[in-house]
Amino acid sequence: MSDRQLAVEFRGVSKLYGALAVLKELSLSVPQGEKIALIGPSGSGKTTVLRILMTLETIQAGTVWVKGEPLWHMPKGDGLAPASEPHLHAMRRHIGMVFQHFNLFPHMTVQENVARPPQIVLGVTRGEAEQRAQDLLRLVGLAQKGASYPAQLSGGQKQRVAIARALAMQPAIMLFDEPTSALDPELVEEVLAVLRDIAIEGKTTMLLVTHEMSFAREISDRILFLDGGAIVEEGPPDQIFSDPKEERTRLFLKKIIAAGHRID
Amino acid sequence: MIWDWDFALRIIPDILRGLGTTVIATFFGSLLALAVGLVIALANRSDVTAVRRSSRGFAEFIRRTPLLVQLYFIYFVLPQAGIVLPPLLCGVIALGLHTGAYLSEVYRAGIDGVPRGQWEAARALNYQQGQTWLKIILPQAIPPMIPAIGNYIILMFKDSALLSIIAVPELMSMSRNIGNDSYRYLEPLTIAAILYLLLSGIAVLLLRIIESRSGMARLTG
Amino acid sequence: MSQFSDYAWMILDGTWVTVKITVVASVVAVIVALLTGVARTSKFFWIRLGPTLFVELFRGTSCYVQLFWAFFALPFIGISLTPFVASVLVLGANVGSYGSEVVRGAIAGVPRGQTEASVALNFTKLQRFRHVVFPQALVAMLPPAGNLFIDLLKLTPLTSLITMSDLTYNAMAVRQQTGSTFIALATILVGYFLMSSAIAWAIGRIERRASRGLETGPRAA
Repeated sequence: MSDRQLAVEFRGVSKLYGALAVLKELSLSVPQGEKIALIGPSGSGKTTVLRILMTLETIQAGTVWVKGEPLWHMPKGDGLAPASEPHLHAMRRHIGMVFQHFNLFPHMTVQENVARPPQIVLGVTRGEAEQRAQDLLRLVGLAQKGASYPAQLSGGQKQRVAIARALAMQPAIMLFDEPTSALDPELVEEVLAVLRDIAIEGKTTMLLVTHEMSFAREISDRILFLDGGAIVEEGPPDQIFSDPKEERTRLFLKKIIAAGHRID
Repeated sequence: MIWDWDFALRIIPDILRGLGTTVIATFFGSLLALAVGLVIALANRSDVTAVRRSSRGFAEFIRRTPLLVQLYFIYFVLPQAGIVLPPLLCGVIALGLHTGAYLSEVYRAGIDGVPRGQWEAARALNYQQGQTWLKIILPQAIPPMIPAIGNYIILMFKDSALLSIIAVPELMSMSRNIGNDSYRYLEPLTIAAILYLLLSGIAVLLLRIIESRSGMARLTG
Repeated sequence: MSQFSDYAWMILDGTWVTVKITVVASVVAVIVALLTGVARTSKFFWIRLGPTLFVELFRGTSCYVQLFWAFFALPFIGISLTPFVASVLVLGANVGSYGSEVVRGAIAGVPRGQTEASVALNFTKLQRFRHVVFPQALVAMLPPAGNLFIDLLKLTPLTSLITMSDLTYNAMAVRQQTGSTFIALATILVGYFLMSSAIAWAIGRIERRASRGLETGPRAA
């Protein structure tokens, strides 16, 4: 056992779509408060790791642990049984997620998007939720946009609202699934700035799937390189980017640089 | 036993004769509806504002008033103007007009669905107006219309039961007469309902097959 | 002159009955459409089965046949309905069955990302439906629902055939007493047109209000 409690642990997790294995007996430990970046080519399974944690995808083998409790299973006798909906509901309390395509609620204003979920799910009073929403919107630089509808915002603004909405639920673990991939290039930085603030603040465990290599290098404590549904190589950012041990990692980084991305 | 099988079997031949009239009414009603819809759709695109306004107003009026009252109007008012038509023809006219007003919208949607670029390409290739319609626009506009047209015809088939009210000897009329004569309504009305259900169900299935075929042709062709 | 006012009263009386049938049957239709429409989005076959059969049954025959069956055939199996109850139940079930498809389609049309976001925010299944899926589906339901309410109004003259003294029934009575067929029928055609137009106008207003925020951009916000 490590001295820090683990926020997330995968033990031999396999995920299949029919005959296709998306994850192959993947194991992974994330101590509380650690910032992890998952990189790798598309189809490598990095997004699947997040979606399994958010209970959007089931697993076929292995176990996933969140804060020491099984996510997809419940203790039963000496062994484990498949998780019930109430169990999943209890576990999701620890986790929040930001999506590539924002998925804001189009029928709610920006303020409602951030203030309504805590009222509905956590039973927070209206006044408190409204206040916290205003604070969070200020944090992401959108204090004046509360009355707007998502359709009236730019992509970067939408993603910042989505981040505020996820933070409003006060999850211990935050998942970011390619949060800047759907944005026009000139809007990427405003979202990264918000992510940087969250990372610096420190307490929250972060799992970030991204193609922004220099950003991953800047904010993460550890990089995981995935390919073909398995972790090929992991280590501190400087080592992975400057001195990768594995040939596949080297090839991937070479392609990324060739495509015009910076990794420094 | 509530249901009388002997009685049910005895009345089936009469009811089936009514079904023949129903099919005839639906067939001619459909032809009329296809033509009426086309006339309205063309008039709606007319360059003359008065023509456009009145055809749109007419179609809207037909769509927003009940078929039964339209049927009464044709059946009772026309003779006063000296036009006496057999009941079946009145029924065909009512069905054709009513459905035609809806088909005009189907035509419009089909034609509007052809991308602007197609008109421009035809212009660029120096096609004449007639050639553009026949060779470029209609071949693309018609296939997507087929499911909607089919649905309206199936609707007309079911609605044609209304013709029994003006004494057209169709499916529903025969069933009601048997009921009136025998004071037993359960069997004739149930048999009629099952026949409508069966035939419209088969028509829907056929339509889906045609739809998926033409969909595939468009994908591969 | 006093006779004219008698006839005017009959028309007004009939209009009131038509409005009553339309309103009550609309409530039935909305309930039927929501219950069967939502049930048909279930992933469980056994939950879908009953509603699917119900809907197919009512869409496979015309409202007229169903109305006659409910009024004349049902008593043979021991169920006697008053004309009003038969009218609102049949019209409601018939139009509600078409509405069922509208509800099902609108719910299925809410983007998957919306459900995923509400899972990520830890909404329960019921909360997802109530706060996220349904409010968005409702906006998509309104335009087709408006047409269905008009369709329902247009079906109400059928109830005159099972002795409801609605607008059509009373107009036909006026026609018989006065002999002025054209005036009687033209009057009610205009009456139905005005009522349909009122429904279209009202739904248009509700639609504009409900689509706040949804109109200025793509659905996947």
